[in-house]
Amino acid sequence: MANVISDETIEYVGILAKLELSDEEKEQAKKDMGSMLDYIDKLGELDTTGIEPMSHVFSVQNVFREDVVTNGDDSENILKNAPGEKDNMFMVPKTFE
Amino acid sequence: MAKQYETVIGLEVHVELATKTKIFCGCSTAFGGVPNTHTCPVCTGMPGSLPVLNKQVVEYAIGVGLATNCKITQYCKFDRKNYFYPDNPQNYQISQLYLPICRDGYVEIRTPEGDKKIGIHEIHMEEDAGKLIHDEWEDCSLVDYNRSGVPLIEIVSEPDMRSADEVIAYLEKLRMFVQYLGASDCKLQEGSMRADVNLSVREVGTTEFGTRTEMKNLNSFRAIARAIEGERTRQIDLLESGEKVVQETRRWDDSKECSYPMRSKEDAQDYRYFPDPDLVPVHISDEWLESIRGKQPEFREAKMERYKREYDIPEYDIEIITGSKHLSDLFEATVAICSQPKKVSNWLMVENLRLLKEREMDPEDIRFSPEHLAALIDLTEQKVINSTVAKEVFEVMFDQDIDPVQYVEEKGLKTVNDEGALRKTVEEVIAANPQSVEDYRNGKEKAIGFLVGQTMKAMKGKADPASVNKLLKELL
Amino acid sequence: MSILSYTAVGLAKAIKAGETTAVEAMQAVLDQIDRTESEYHCYVTIDREGALKRAAEVQKQIEASELEGPLAGVPVAIKDNICTEGMLTTCSSKILENFIPTYTAEALCNLEKAGAVVIGKTNMDEFAMGSTTETSHYGVTRNPRNTEHVPGGSSGGSAAAVAGEECFFALGSDTGGSIRQPASYCGVVGMKPTYGTVSRYGLIAYGSSLDQIGPLSKDVTDCATILEVIASYDTKDSTSMERQDTDFTSALVEDVEGMRIGIPRDYFGEGLDPEVKEAVLSAAEALKSRGAVVEEFDLSLVEYAIPTYYTIAAAEASSNLERFDGIKYGYRAKDAEELHTMYKRTRSEGFGPEVKRRIMLGSFVLSSGYYDAYYLKALRVKALIKKAFDDAFAKYDVILGPVAPTTAPRLGESLSDPIKMYLGDIYTISVNLAGLPGISVPCGQDKNGLPIGMQLIGDCFQEKKLIRTAYTFEQTTR
Repeated sequence: MANVISDETIEYVGILAKLELSDEEKEQAKKDMGSMLDYIDKLGELDTTGIEPMSHVFSVQNVFREDVVTNGDDSENILKNAPGEKDNMFMVPKTFE
Repeated sequence: MAKQYETVIGLEVHVELATKTKIFCGCSTAFGGVPNTHTCPVCTGMPGSLPVLNKQVVEYAIGVGLATNCKITQYCKFDRKNYFYPDNPQNYQISQLYLPICRDGYVEIRTPEGDKKIGIHEIHMEEDAGKLIHDEWEDCSLVDYNRSGVPLIEIVSEPDMRSADEVIAYLEKLRMFVQYLGASDCKLQEGSMRADVNLSVREVGTTEFGTRTEMKNLNSFRAIARAIEGERTRQIDLLESGEKVVQETRRWDDSKECSYPMRSKEDAQDYRYFPDPDLVPVHISDEWLESIRGKQPEFREAKMERYKREYDIPEYDIEIITGSKHLSDLFEATVAICSQPKKVSNWLMVENLRLLKEREMDPEDIRFSPEHLAALIDLTEQKVINSTVAKEVFEVMFDQDIDPVQYVEEKGLKTVNDEGALRKTVEEVIAANPQSVEDYRNGKEKAIGFLVGQTMKAMKGKADPASVNKLLKELL
Repeated sequence: MSILSYTAVGLAKAIKAGETTAVEAMQAVLDQIDRTESEYHCYVTIDREGALKRAAEVQKQIEASELEGPLAGVPVAIKDNICTEGMLTTCSSKILENFIPTYTAEALCNLEKAGAVVIGKTNMDEFAMGSTTETSHYGVTRNPRNTEHVPGGSSGGSAAAVAGEECFFALGSDTGGSIRQPASYCGVVGMKPTYGTVSRYGLIAYGSSLDQIGPLSKDVTDCATILEVIASYDTKDSTSMERQDTDFTSALVEDVEGMRIGIPRDYFGEGLDPEVKEAVLSAAEALKSRGAVVEEFDLSLVEYAIPTYYTIAAAEASSNLERFDGIKYGYRAKDAEELHTMYKRTRSEGFGPEVKRRIMLGSFVLSSGYYDAYYLKALRVKALIKKAFDDAFAKYDVILGPVAPTTAPRLGESLSDPIKMYLGDIYTISVNLAGLPGISVPCGQDKNGLPIGMQLIGDCFQEKKLIRTAYTFEQTTR
């Protein structure tokens, strides 16, 4: 396997993705990500010099809305699925800064 | 000899745009309101919702870019900035990293050493976050997404400023451009203009930059000035004691006049920007660009020059009036009605400024209309009311935007021009105040002032003091 | 003839003619569900009461001649990543175990306006990540053609529901083959339209630049009819395309005379099951016998499509799935007092292994220092792949090949080796990368009686050529 994923990398990606993995899951993730990256490295065989990265397949551009208010108070619906609610707001655990 | 340090400052200024709706959905941007009443699936990150760009946001951003001498990126895109925080409902913010709408501009500021160009690295469009409120009672936080998705532009300067004065001059300059464009009211206190200060220090004479910190939560010019001074001192103290400045984001606490680091270990500061696949590129054609250029307003400098040419009013008045877009609009509109620039300027400069200060308001908050101010000026010109009454009427107009003509009529404030009634009152005042009459006749000129006052009082202020004066002299 | 053996279009005609009613049709479907659902498990949610109520309302409208469309009164199954107002929408994930959308996806709005009646929500691979419907949090779906086998995925529940007559047609979504491959495994017709043809508004995103909603149906006529109804230009979806040519049923013509069909040699090489190969090539022969001009060619870059796809899809997914954080909706981990702990526990407990695997990969390829090497590289290769198809479509009207290298694998055989599973997508995913339309049409079965599908790929906006070719093939082999 060409790509060896370190514990630090898995830890770091876990912070980015907000995922907490057990030790067993971490080992599996290291293996899986390593083999996926090996596979993705195959793209290196292709010379893409001068090729523009293609985000959109079609060259559609300038899709706009006019600046007109179309939405009214929908807070009842918006809060319907909230796991925690108070005073018409979403309740979340405090943060330690 | 102690080392001399130079402060190097760059600013990231966020301006909330004055669009009616949010950047990617049709929700209102109106300030205040019950929490979450200005929200929809898009600005609360509901699964399956998709953003559609508000065209006005692009036009405002281009307007600001042109005013600040930027190159407009005619093919620009939106990127996602990924980070987890509850005020950010999708946990990514739609912003622009790779192709921001404006680049490479500058504004000129006045410094004691002469005019100075402050470079603008870029201006990009992005969405604002919601509001996170700490709830002491439950010991948790509450999120309101009313501000989520309100359009912002972020104006990133080059590290070209060297002092708090330069920073404030730069901010004032930006604020003028943006206000004149009608793109935002730019209120620091309310957060419609927010400045993050990037600051580093270096020994005078060196050309390399020191390690910088970024300071947030600065919501007044005074806080900015104090934060710059505080951070400069902190960094110099660190360097003097042989320590290193750590590159970090710090939060300024203006009440304690100190800052503390904001970063937590759960923040990797790796935003994984990539082009947002839900939005298509913005292509700004030459025609579109020219039509926006054609609609650019007369900015402050040009306006000041024109006022000097067109109106015979003091330079100081011009400075103050053009210092607010709203004030200068009000001035011009009123002059257009009554053709009395001096009188208009006088009202705006004296009574108006006094009341703004008393009420702790910005010129942007003035509510009375040019028609009403012109009408009030006309009432005094026609001597329908005297200047004391006029000031009272102005105050009511300032607070409630009443129609002065109607108000004067209803409250019966017209100056009494009935010669007979006036003569009768004056005669009564003379009869009731023999001592003052005596004093006046013995050469105490001042005594007549007291008699005028008594007459005005008896007339409930509705007499013309000049006529009273004249009549008194005649009768004595 | 049992009411269940009607096609969707056939049923709508029968209802209109008064031979049956929308309620009878719904009741028949619900009875079938009672008989077979415990074995197949096509659905995550079945809304019996609501479905019968809506069927009765629709029946009234049909009788009042207020509804005359070709799908009026027809029961439909909806993949569980398509938002349904007031009806649980889970993406087959624990993290959305209790999520009830407050709005309906645009594509489904179009269907409901045409009088189709929703039965419930079909099982899928969690967040559409998988090829077997085995990554669902709510259990596996079995292939009605052989219940020891998977139905394919990720729209496995939709395909199985059509094949098992637990609905008359279904909606699925296709990011890398998720409609076409299960259609092939279950022996039904499935189509992925040109990107932008069907609104994505209300489709819970996996890979936003690749996702499209499309039909799974009993035959090509149904497929064209459904697509005609769900296709629309939607101002709520910035990537929606304004098309004038969505009268897809006009292409239901039995004629391929002179149709230029290219067969990519690269699709018939190593790894392709000989039985699949034989069935697909004989399908090509059948079209040739009807006047099509069939020839082999080299498509090139085929082996690069999978790594390109997994880089792009994982990157987009890692960002799209950030919103599932326990704050606004869905599952929230219990007893997490601090925010970041809550985030981590919610997501770690709420997402299954395959979803985590792709989120991790996606976060990594976008992270500082790797963005250019992985993500931008993949976007560049995507441009090359698109170019390869452009070149091919300069010569051919339609590309013909297999949908998948094999027939449906046995349950439990696929998940152990992710890469091997990903390789199964080799013929379908480049179609999503290039934004093209593709259709899967049944063309035979293997010795175990498992269906084999043929894939027809068209140039952008050329659905009609696919429909015409597929229809002709279907009529020829009927």
